Amino acid sequence: MAASPAYGEEKGGSSSLGEPEYGHDPASGGIFASDYKRHDDLKEMLDSNKDSLKLEAMKRIVAMIARGKNASDLFPAVVKNVACKNIEVKKLVYVYLVRYAEEQQDLALLSISTFQRGLKDPNQLIRASALRVLSSIRVPIIVPIMMLAIKEAASDMSPYVRKTAAHAIPKLYSLDSDQKDQLIEVIEKLLADKTTLVAGSVVMAFEEVCPERIDLIHKNYRKLCNLLIDVEEWGQVVIINMLTRYARTQFLSPNQNESLLEESAEKAFYGSEEEDTKDAKAEAASLAKRKPYVMDPDHRLLLRNTKPLLQSRNAAVVMAVAQLYFHLAPKAEVGVIAKALVRLLRSHSEVQYVVLQNVATMSIKRRGMFEPYLKSFYIRSTDPTQIKILKLEVLTNLANETNISTILREFQTYIRSMDKDFVAATIQAIGRCATNIGKVRDTCLNGLVQLLSNRDELVVAESVVVIKKLLQMQPAQHSEIIKHMAKLTDNIQVPMARASILWLIGEYCEHVPKIAPDVLRKMAKSFTNEEDIVKLQVINLAAKLYLTNSKQSKLLTQYVLNLAKYDQNYDIRDRARFIRQLIVPTEKSGALNKYAKKLFLAQKPAPILESSFKDRDHFQLGSLSHLLNAKAVGYQELPDWPDEAPDPSVRNVEVPEWTKCTSREKRKDKVEKPFYSDSEGESGPTESADSEPESDSEESGSSSSSGTSSSSSEEEDEEEEEGGSEEQSEDKEGEEEEEEKRKKKKEKGGPRKASPRSVGSEEEEEAEGKKVKKAAGPQGKKGHAESSSEEASASESSSSGSDSGTEAPTVVEAKRRKVIPSSKAGPKEISLLDLDDFTPPPPQPVPSSSIISTSLVTDLEGLTLTDTSLAPALLSPAFGAVRTYELLHRMAGEGLSVEYCFSRRPFPGDPHMVAVQIQISNNTDAEVKSLRVSEPKLLAGMRIQEFPEIESLAPGDTASVVMGIDFCDSTQAANFQLCTHTRHFYVSIQPPVGELMAPVFMSENEFRKEQEHLARRGEGKLTGMSEITEKLTLPEKCRSDHAIVQQVTSAANVGRVPCGADNEYRFAAKTVTSGSLVLITLEWREGAAAQLTVNSEKMVIGTMLVKDIIQALAQ
Amino acid sequence: MLSQPTAADPVAFRAAQPGAEAWVSALCSHPTWSPVQNALKGIAEKMIHSLFLINCSGDIFLEKHWKSVVSQSVCDYFFEAQEKAIDVENVPPVISTPHHYLISIYRDKIFFVSVIQTEVPPLFVIEFLHRVADTFQDYFGECSETAIKDNVVIVYELLEEMLDNGFPLATESNILKELIKPPTILRSVVNSITGSSNVGDTLPTGQLSNIPWRRAGVKYTNNEAYFDVIEEIDAIIDKSGSTVFAEIQGVIDSCIKLSGMPDLSLSFMNPRLLDDVSFHPCIRFKRWESERVLSFIPPDGNFRLISYRVSSQNLVAIPVYVKHLISFKENSSSGRFDVTIGPKQNMGKTVEGVVMTVHMPKAVLNMNLTATQGSYTFDPVTKVLAWDVGKITPQKLPNLKGIVNLQSGAPKPEENPSLNIQFKIQQLAISGLKVNRLDMYGEKYKPFKGVKYITKAGKFQVRT
Repeated sequence: MAASPAYGEEKGGSSSLGEPEYGHDPASGGIFASDYKRHDDLKEMLDSNKDSLKLEAMKRIVAMIARGKNASDLFPAVVKNVACKNIEVKKLVYVYLVRYAEEQQDLALLSISTFQRGLKDPNQLIRASALRVLSSIRVPIIVPIMMLAIKEAASDMSPYVRKTAAHAIPKLYSLDSDQKDQLIEVIEKLLADKTTLVAGSVVMAFEEVCPERIDLIHKNYRKLCNLLIDVEEWGQVVIINMLTRYARTQFLSPNQNESLLEESAEKAFYGSEEEDTKDAKAEAASLAKRKPYVMDPDHRLLLRNTKPLLQSRNAAVVMAVAQLYFHLAPKAEVGVIAKALVRLLRSHSEVQYVVLQNVATMSIKRRGMFEPYLKSFYIRSTDPTQIKILKLEVLTNLANETNISTILREFQTYIRSMDKDFVAATIQAIGRCATNIGKVRDTCLNGLVQLLSNRDELVVAESVVVIKKLLQMQPAQHSEIIKHMAKLTDNIQVPMARASILWLIGEYCEHVPKIAPDVLRKMAKSFTNEEDIVKLQVINLAAKLYLTNSKQSKLLTQYVLNLAKYDQNYDIRDRARFIRQLIVPTEKSGALNKYAKKLFLAQKPAPILESSFKDRDHFQLGSLSHLLNAKAVGYQELPDWPDEAPDPSVRNVEVPEWTKCTSREKRKDKVEKPFYSDSEGESGPTESADSEPESDSEESGSSSSSGTSSSSSEEEDEEEEEGGSEEQSEDKEGEEEEEEKRKKKKEKGGPRKASPRSVGSEEEEEAEGKKVKKAAGPQGKKGHAESSSEEASASESSSSGSDSGTEAPTVVEAKRRKVIPSSKAGPKEISLLDLDDFTPPPPQPVPSSSIISTSLVTDLEGLTLTDTSLAPALLSPAFGAVRTYELLHRMAGEGLSVEYCFSRRPFPGDPHMVAVQIQISNNTDAEVKSLRVSEPKLLAGMRIQEFPEIESLAPGDTASVVMGIDFCDSTQAANFQLCTHTRHFYVSIQPPVGELMAPVFMSENEFRKEQEHLARRGEGKLTGMSEITEKLTLPEKCRSDHAIVQQVTSAANVGRVPCGADNEYRFAAKTVTSGSLVLITLEWREGAAAQLTVNSEKMVIGTMLVKDIIQALAQ
Repeated sequence: MLSQPTAADPVAFRAAQPGAEAWVSALCSHPTWSPVQNALKGIAEKMIHSLFLINCSGDIFLEKHWKSVVSQSVCDYFFEAQEKAIDVENVPPVISTPHHYLISIYRDKIFFVSVIQTEVPPLFVIEFLHRVADTFQDYFGECSETAIKDNVVIVYELLEEMLDNGFPLATESNILKELIKPPTILRSVVNSITGSSNVGDTLPTGQLSNIPWRRAGVKYTNNEAYFDVIEEIDAIIDKSGSTVFAEIQGVIDSCIKLSGMPDLSLSFMNPRLLDDVSFHPCIRFKRWESERVLSFIPPDGNFRLISYRVSSQNLVAIPVYVKHLISFKENSSSGRFDVTIGPKQNMGKTVEGVVMTVHMPKAVLNMNLTATQGSYTFDPVTKVLAWDVGKITPQKLPNLKGIVNLQSGAPKPEENPSLNIQFKIQQLAISGLKVNRLDMYGEKYKPFKGVKYITKAGKFQVRT
């Protein structure tokens, strides 16, 4: 009630300004009709003692302002109420003041003292709002007062007031830029503020007042990075944009080594291949010599801390992170933003519009990134035209040899759209695909030629234009099409198209020597009925033919020229006269005549069809300037990467006392590291060049006890960023090192190993080379370490043998028989045999599971066709209950059903891959041919080793194959297509976390050492980073040793570690890709209570594993 | 596509009061048209300068300036672009004018046009404008011209709080509601009697805490938490009925009315289905990363907890199929139209709320159809055919059949129109997502918890 009449009455009030359209408002006019002149009624109300009347008056005034009506003459009456007790009146007065103070400066000064009083108020809300209004009043006289107020507020106790102070800075700056220096001081002070509330606002002030003072950011850089996730959304956008610029000035390009390669690779794709590839090779060679790039830990910090924000609900934040990644991240990591950007396409159409513009630019530079999401850019008939055209642009950019057929099929539907602008754009897009991808050029051309018979003029014209451009590229090969087009002249009536065809024939008359004169003949016949543009082209054609084939066309040309001479249109008459002079030699025609041929038949350069979004990325993505493709006012150029990195130590911050205390112990034996705990792990790479061997050895899981080593928990990242040239050198080092170790080992481990090797059948030899080396590496080290602790572990294990001892010997017997033939299992099997020489064998192989597994095995055995070694391998030690998963249901697969399971054997050929056994049964009554995997869509870093194509599968038959997938230690699904000769099925394999690892065998001592080591390393980070502990209750049937071990090993591919204590179970494994250790401890307390601890550097894997194991145990 | 009027553009002159404009523009980069020309001093004025609300008939019915005033005439550029675009959907969201940039959104038949003077991320502005519209929706129940006009003072107060000097200040609805109480009939009656006001006089506590989205001191007698899992199927089905593209987009909308500071954790039976998720800021990202559990202290009231996408590689069960036969005869002024909709893979649930809309080609004059179920309308002006089918019963499939009358003499339409289908399936999340449990920590009482599943058609299109 309060508000609604106000709006109506305002109309009555405002009518005094002489705006009759509101004057006859009967409702309001009636009430205030007595004296609505010059707002006297309002003034009276404002002067009254009653707050309710004042409020009413203010509401009406605000409604006037909202309408854009002038209410400035009320200023004196309103300003009196600035000190009103009623908070709502006060607020509305503020609204009024801010709006009109600029116009009534003298009167506005009356209110200043009230605000100054407000600035001292004990209530922070009042202090803040006083400052807000004071700073919003644009009256130059009060600049000194504002300056003082801002300075005071910047050291206020309340962060909210400090935030307001930050907001006030740009206001004052825009009022008086002379204050810049003082304001920068305030900004510097506020930048040091530790609250998230202030951070966004002060960076905004920084961006407006002194974006060039990048030096102010140094000391606050790490803090800003770490606070970022907790800052409010709008502040995040501003901070991320600023940090993008900062990073571009402070760090080295992560792609500096690749940039050259990439360029030449792209060239090679489009241009003449051979030359460029040679160049590329030369460059690659020179690159290998160059110093390896090492990412600054602060650079990494920024990338890491912004990544979670890709999941913000705020599109602006997502876009900000996306552009940051695009501009700053190593090429291999940029891919993560694609998914988030594609998500934004579901948002409001305005958001779509902006995002698509940016995607269009990105997709030129990094096509691979969006390829998996191709279908998300498919166009619906209900999309607005501007969205359609942008999507089309993206689709065209994404087109390549492999997906072009799908894209062209999609384009085919678009061409029939009712939206003709869109159809025209599609035709152009087809033209671009045809120029870029040689393979489909002919298909596209044929398609376009068919379009020439389209009924719609626009479509025909557009197709002709595009065909013309395409033909210009290689006219010689396409005389057929030119002939075809010549035939079209009989049917096509669209003048533009006719004209284009005539131009084409004229231009390439030498390729169609027989047809061209005939076309001219026909055209001469119908000349008088043609449209003007067609007539002009007829004349052109005649002239060109006269020059090349005067014998046949001389008379025709003269006839046409004569017709043209008397045409109604003076352009045509002029053209005819001009051409006659030029081509027909007379005495007067002079020198030009000689050059006629050169003039008419000059080589015309083929037009280049390229995206309008090319090179737009020199504007910072996500910016207004990028969207407009023009520099907007106030746009800050994104600087280029520096050649030499500026001193990174400027970002170091004094270590506050309290952190020193907590981490002193650590510090003693550690190299001095930067303060921020998060960046600690990162400092690895900086020293990496020399410490590489060490960290390498650690990665591969040795029991190196140094603890001071620099290898970080960010191995995943590290690996990604190192890539390329460095990997090579690393490999070499690694190999050398392994070589050494092997030599050492030969004395100890050597003889022992000989026996299994020799038993180890043919497969061993298959999986040769690197794999053998790698397998030998860790194993050798182990032998070394173990022998040193032999005594201890022997004694311990003998005591621990009590619970497992009974079953152990038989198990070993059984196992050895089974295991040895399956000797594909490189590291696993060797170390296993190593172990049973001097320690009681680990009881984990779970013979009990054989009930399940044998039955399954027999099942599988019957089905197996290909791999003879399959059956025994299935019984390999760590094999618990095999769980099969469905890949393709019989219904969905139209009779083809596919199941898969994780065979838990190392994948031959690549130790980093998880072997997935796939079982395909053909339930149809027809033969299924050429079964294969195609088009894997994988996340960055993931790899897939497809199984060999199955030629044919008879009805009712079942085939079993093995494929390898490198999941990169993540549980992200690997998506690919399963193809038959007729159909494609989209399938995906998502690994349970337990399958991402392979068992390792270690002694109790080693286990402890590793666990301690991991825990210690975890301390530097957030606690719990590398250790996850969970309590659980064991159900009745799970309270035997045997059941526990079985359940755990069924949940995860882990190996059991002997353990001295009763009721404690230990397991160890290594992740397949990065080889990080995963240690599992299960402590069984009285009754049903138990505690599960998982130690792993990979926190995600650890937590997921805990869940899975608990789930398995609870069953 | 963007119009970039030059100085010679007639509109530019209309807008800019020629005389003054000429010399000012010569002197500085961004003159303002307010009576006081102090633009010379302003060097960097960023973010949102002014906001105009414009209805469909082109009336500017509200304006708000956060800095100096920008004349309404700047909107002329917008009107020009609007005219060019023909369709409201095709008005470019960003328009460049000689001295300003206009960034606009279209929501509920209102254009929100903001005036920008310098470089700013366009999405920043667009997202903010949508947030403004959301807030209006939240406060007044609808974001319509009438609602805004009726509550113009509250609108002004809101805008004042949401943006300070063009930079967003408080956009969380919980904070705003503490600052400015939403209008209710009861409250306005009480206010007029007691003289109390709509404006809070304390600092919203949320503003200071690290959970700015939740207001303090929430009290309910019935403590309830409801979650709606809403999934939408986006699909393109081609002529032959096979799926060209399908994916599931879902959201979880929550209505939480719990006293105090509840700390909730919501877990799913199958969280791995979620391929890509975006979160309300209240959700603890780390917990999700590590455990796939949504752990959060919720805002009070209605809010969107997460939105997610189920990977497009997973097979999407398409719950309906459409049999269609649409043909236009060559050289005749009629055509045939025959569409049947049937259920498919609906997991034992009824498909209801089925509506089919078709944009017929321009040449279609009228349609003479019979529907075995529901009713249809054809608008000869917009050429939109809408068929409200209702429930699908597998025993008797709904069918719409008849004759299409074409403009005589006009060429046969090139393309058959696409069919846009809407439907709803209650009690089902098509992806199979299931909420496992909701736990509450931090408070003693036992809340009432409820989860509702619903599947809808999103952008569901059948090409014919």
